[in-house]
Amino acid sequence: MEHFLEKLGSAVIKWLQYIGEVVLLFVETLRQMKKPLRIHHMFAQMAHLGVDTLPIVGLTLLFTGMVMTLQVAHEFIRFGAQSTIGGVITIAVGRELGPVLVGVVAAGRVGAAITAEISTMKVTEQIDALRVMATNPVGYLVVPRMLACMFMVPVLTIFGDFIGVVGGWFVAVFRSGISSYLYWHSITMFVEAYDITGGLIKSVVFGIIIAVLGCYCGLKAPNGAEGVGLATTRSVVSAIIMIFCANCFLSLILYQ
Amino acid sequence: MIRLVDVNKSFGQKEVLRHINLTINDGETLALIGGSGSGKSTLLRLMIGLIQPTSGEIWIDDDEISHYDEAQMDKVRVRMGMVFQYSALFDSMTVGDNVAFGLREHTDYDEEKIRSIVSEKLGLVGLTDVEDMMPNELSGGMKKRVGLARAIAFEPSTIFYDEPDSGLDPVTTEKIDELIISMQKRLNVTSIVVTHDMETACFVADRIAMVYEGELIACAPVDEFRRMKDERIRAFLRGLYIGDKEAEG
Ligand SMILES: Nc1ncnc2c1ncn2[C@@H]1O[C@H](COP(=O)(O)OP(=O)(O)OP(=O)(O)O)[C@@H](O)[C@H]1O
Ligand SMILES: [Mg+2]
Repeated sequence: MEHFLEKLGSAVIKWLQYIGEVVLLFVETLRQMKKPLRIHHMFAQMAHLGVDTLPIVGLTLLFTGMVMTLQVAHEFIRFGAQSTIGGVITIAVGRELGPVLVGVVAAGRVGAAITAEISTMKVTEQIDALRVMATNPVGYLVVPRMLACMFMVPVLTIFGDFIGVVGGWFVAVFRSGISSYLYWHSITMFVEAYDITGGLIKSVVFGIIIAVLGCYCGLKAPNGAEGVGLATTRSVVSAIIMIFCANCFLSLILYQ
Repeated sequence: MIRLVDVNKSFGQKEVLRHINLTINDGETLALIGGSGSGKSTLLRLMIGLIQPTSGEIWIDDDEISHYDEAQMDKVRVRMGMVFQYSALFDSMTVGDNVAFGLREHTDYDEEKIRSIVSEKLGLVGLTDVEDMMPNELSGGMKKRVGLARAIAFEPSTIFYDEPDSGLDPVTTEKIDELIISMQKRLNVTSIVVTHDMETACFVADRIAMVYEGELIACAPVDEFRRMKDERIRAFLRGLYIGDKEAEG
């Protein structure tokens, strides 16, 4: 029992230390933002990381929108509530599914890519080379990636939201026999702008989480070739957990 | 001037450097020799502030850097250059961009001037027409020389060379050795050269220092060093490595 408590305690301490260090990196990133910003690096990152993620986001939200509607439509039609389906789907996608799924996909795609790149730089001493040339690695590497993710993840979310709603429409019309007009009309009836913008606020936070955790794990990669693999796995897993955790709090703040 | 006063460095439980006292004068070339794993790279990394000592003082001119943060350190580092043991080229950039990196970051030279400096420095290390190649298209020896060109591009007043000539053929080695000497002659650069090659050490250096299992066991002018009686030094002079690990090729 004592042994168990000891283990639990040290795990908690480790975890808190981890969170603390990530927060410190975030603060340092904000501090480094004052210096001349490397805007072209940011756009390079956005193009590099965003374009590749677009198709995966599209497919994920398409199928999610479809399957959601499949389940919802069946029940709602039984209660005679078919005139609300479009609105319900859009709210679900806009507030929760869009931002969270895009966040998870981006963590797997973008976060992993960031960590792989930076941890490779770490183990091959490129980070040290940056420092030797009087270039702050946080300013040079983390800032543009964080800015890129802050802008890119919301953009991907807008795209994902749209595809999700279209997927829902497809199933509603061709599978559940709801008229196209009814679907779109219910969206204009029930959905408020805040259902979408609130989701986008979330996705800005998720973008920050993905970038900062991705960079943190990369910069802390253990030496040696296996360090890259370890760091990448850790980055993706912890980013996904953090996204779900942050999403819960953000929903409480934004939608209560 | 670089001055180390009773510097110790441990990684966790492991003591890597013990009681290092060393002074390197301006314009001097110091060769640092020692077996593999004896702590030579660690010593260089301490002097350029990549790692901090466990105890002791490190003076770079009038800065005591052992507790400097990154921003303070950067002000000191613009006067220094380093050639890494494994090149450490930025593999997402072309060779030209690698060499131009410091110039782009810290000067507002125009593109034309930067380009001419880059090809000049690449020329000095015996490379031409490689500006547009990526580092992974180069051989190990070429990478090493690009790393050298990158370190001298900014014309620093102190240069750390971590095995600039390992893995190079004899002709290129000689060329690099001459480059180190000419940097010293032309720009009065202070150089610290880590090497496994006694011939290079004797050729380029004013003084030779030997690290043995984390301790600085000798530091003397070349002639004097060659006449030293210490068995550990004699063994090294005979071309033997006496580190606890096998030297890398
Ligand atoms: N970051 C680190 N963490 C733990 N141990 C380290 C670290 N860096 C170096 N060491 C240890 O310090 C010792 C000295 O390493 P160092 O790289 O300075 O040797 P070296 O003299 O440069 O050897 P070589 O000639 O092979 O390059 C080694 O035993 C190494 O294992
Ligand atoms: Mg070394």
